[in-house]
Amino acid sequence: MPKLTLDDLNPMQIEAQKALNRENWIRVGCSTCGLAAGAEGVYQTLKEELAERKLDIEVRRTGCNGMCHAEPLVEINVSGVPRTMYGNLKPEYVKDLLNTHLKKEKIAKQWKVDGVEALGQDDCGKPSASKQVRIVLCNCGIVDPTNIDDYIARCGYQGLKRALQEYGSEGVIEQLKLSGLRGRGGGGYPTHLKWEFVRREKSAEKYMICNGDEGDPGAYMDRSVLEGDPHAVVEGMIIAGYAIGATMGYFYIRAEYPLAVERIENAIRQARRLGLLGKNILGTDFSYDLEVRLGAGAFVCGEETALMSSVEGRRGYPWPRPPFPAQKGLWGNPSNINNVETLANVPAIMRNGGKWFAQFGTEESKGTKVFAVTGNVRKAGLIEIPMGTTLNTIVYDICGGPALGSNEVKAVQTGGPSGGVIPARFFETHVSYESLLRLGSIMGSGGLIVMDEQDSMVEIAKFYLGFCVEESCGKCAPCRIGGRQMLMLLNRISKGEGTTADIDALKRISHAMQKASLCGLGQTAPNPVLSTLRYFENEYTALLKDGAQAAGAR
Amino acid sequence: MSEQLSSAPDISRTVKKWLKKRGSLIMALHEIQNTFGYVPRSVSLQLAHLMDVPLARIYEVLTFYNYFRLDPPGKNTISVCMGTACYLKGAPKLVEAFAEELGVQEGETTPDGQFFLQSVRCVGCCGLAPVVVVNGTVMSKVDVSQVKEIIASCMQKEEV
Ligand SMILES: Cc1cc2nc3c(=O)[nH]c(=O)nc-3n(C[C@H](O)[C@H](O)[C@H](O)COP(=O)(O)O)c2cc1C
Ligand code: FES
Repeated sequence: MPKLTLDDLNPMQIEAQKALNRENWIRVGCSTCGLAAGAEGVYQTLKEELAERKLDIEVRRTGCNGMCHAEPLVEINVSGVPRTMYGNLKPEYVKDLLNTHLKKEKIAKQWKVDGVEALGQDDCGKPSASKQVRIVLCNCGIVDPTNIDDYIARCGYQGLKRALQEYGSEGVIEQLKLSGLRGRGGGGYPTHLKWEFVRREKSAEKYMICNGDEGDPGAYMDRSVLEGDPHAVVEGMIIAGYAIGATMGYFYIRAEYPLAVERIENAIRQARRLGLLGKNILGTDFSYDLEVRLGAGAFVCGEETALMSSVEGRRGYPWPRPPFPAQKGLWGNPSNINNVETLANVPAIMRNGGKWFAQFGTEESKGTKVFAVTGNVRKAGLIEIPMGTTLNTIVYDICGGPALGSNEVKAVQTGGPSGGVIPARFFETHVSYESLLRLGSIMGSGGLIVMDEQDSMVEIAKFYLGFCVEESCGKCAPCRIGGRQMLMLLNRISKGEGTTADIDALKRISHAMQKASLCGLGQTAPNPVLSTLRYFENEYTALLKDGAQAAGAR
Repeated sequence: MSEQLSSAPDISRTVKKWLKKRGSLIMALHEIQNTFGYVPRSVSLQLAHLMDVPLARIYEVLTFYNYFRLDPPGKNTISVCMGTACYLKGAPKLVEAFAEELGVQEGETTPDGQFFLQSVRCVGCCGLAPVVVVNGTVMSKVDVSQVKEIIASCMQKEEV
């Protein structure tokens, strides 16, 4: 395959679109979640049935469209019947499904689920009926993630082309500034500032890193993007490398995500073959390559300095700042690190311009955010909403409220082990970095757990704290010792042996850890405890030995 | 340096592509664990030799990361997800049930080497919680009542 130049991309896109937009097709969601629910069997049966019926309908394996609660999912588009999404399928249903949909040309109502109208995935940035807006996920569930042509058909690598041809490295950062994009890995730091710091550094070698460690124990946004639309992240990494002047880029992905690793490695190989990576990218004088490095089951390695130690092949210990990674990062060279979702936004921003992106969201928080909504909701899965959407819209309108027959929703937890809970009375809050912080939680990377009356706040606090204690790297004392002490106190309380003094001690140690820990892990580990105490101290006091008196005294 | 070196399988091909790359020790160890199911000491010795690093450096890394195993896994690996979503949907009860049924604690292998039971962090299928991964296959919405069945199906595969 000859290497592409800037001029080759458009003709290639036109060809690829012909293939992707064929009249008759069936798509099967084959990400980890789909496969877990049995998508492969459904896919095989579909192929066999179609072969038997001698029908020329393309069956495509796609990524996850977010409706994880209804996996395995099959979407059918054939002339004569409206395009329909089917869910909760099994191989043994396939025959009936095809008989109804293809032969009788009717929708098989028993398996029909919300389709593209609810997800809004067809058009990047167009709001759906249910108020989702898809920028990051707009290819997930549509393209075959193992096929670069599909991505190119969906305007793939046009952002890179524009960056190289039109913007130049400073222009890329200017567009990013206009877009208002902020880091989706949790901190929310303006992305253009991070890139500009590294761009200004003078060094023979600079590095770009993609943080695919996704440590939040209850979330999987990044995995879905890596699996469902790997080329978007690869393109984001190439544009970032170009803007900061990097020589090399690394994907750091958790080893627990083998399919994501496979798809990214495949995407890198395909991009290299076409001259989108390597020497003289698209015929320009920009040269840059990408490699994958695996995590090995250590939460602290999601923290940027620890991650760099790990990429260097060492224990994942964080280091104190300064020096900041922008000056001395990987192997002592200027380095920039961004989250998967942050990078997946970049191609669309470059393609459509920063101003286009800034139309979504609130004054301070622009664009969209992907959330992995789990816990007690009817439609658990991945959603993408514009910043500024209310929690009510997320929990009730998009995710269908509490699972059938279950209790009232009591609160949501956001931000994973570094976050906090938000009680239902605040569900009119418009989601943004600032608003969640004001409520004592954080945006975090996008885990959103819906809790109902039966879920105990003490238990959830204990769960997250236990997680952090296990994952503390042990380098600094406040985190190593403070965490253990807090866990001890929580255990005592949950066993009904605690006293009011224990609660005061919890608060005291929390503040010490927040102030004195070396890295974000220890600084934020007390958050789940503090925030559950802030809103649900009654659940703690109810468990105390002297609880009744204490409650009376207050 | 001769300790166990001669008896170990030759790994030079397995790790070849990582030898010249900077910072690739962890990647080489992944490659080894994928091949053997764990990282045998004899192989670590060989790797130390090939990469020209002290054995202590290798063990420093191996013991830091949860993912690496120093002992052979059981023939079947049962991983119960203990991520937030699965935890809330009853994963601790599943761990208990498996532990009771197999007669081992989480993180242990049965004495006959048949089953290794572990709890893992979110495997990324929270929408399908609670999740159990049996020999690499993800099972969704698992109920305690299925525990016996799952174990039996592993044994059956054994017989075929
Ligand atoms: C303990 C800890 C764990 C973290 N885990 C992750 C993670 O899994 N994924 C991620 O993108 N960022 C994680 N971060 C944040 C990163 O350090 C870093 O800020 C982020 O990757 C920067 O990318 P962004 O600017 O695009 O958000 C973590 C931070 C801490 C303190
Ligand atoms: S918490 Fe179990 S799969 Fe995410």
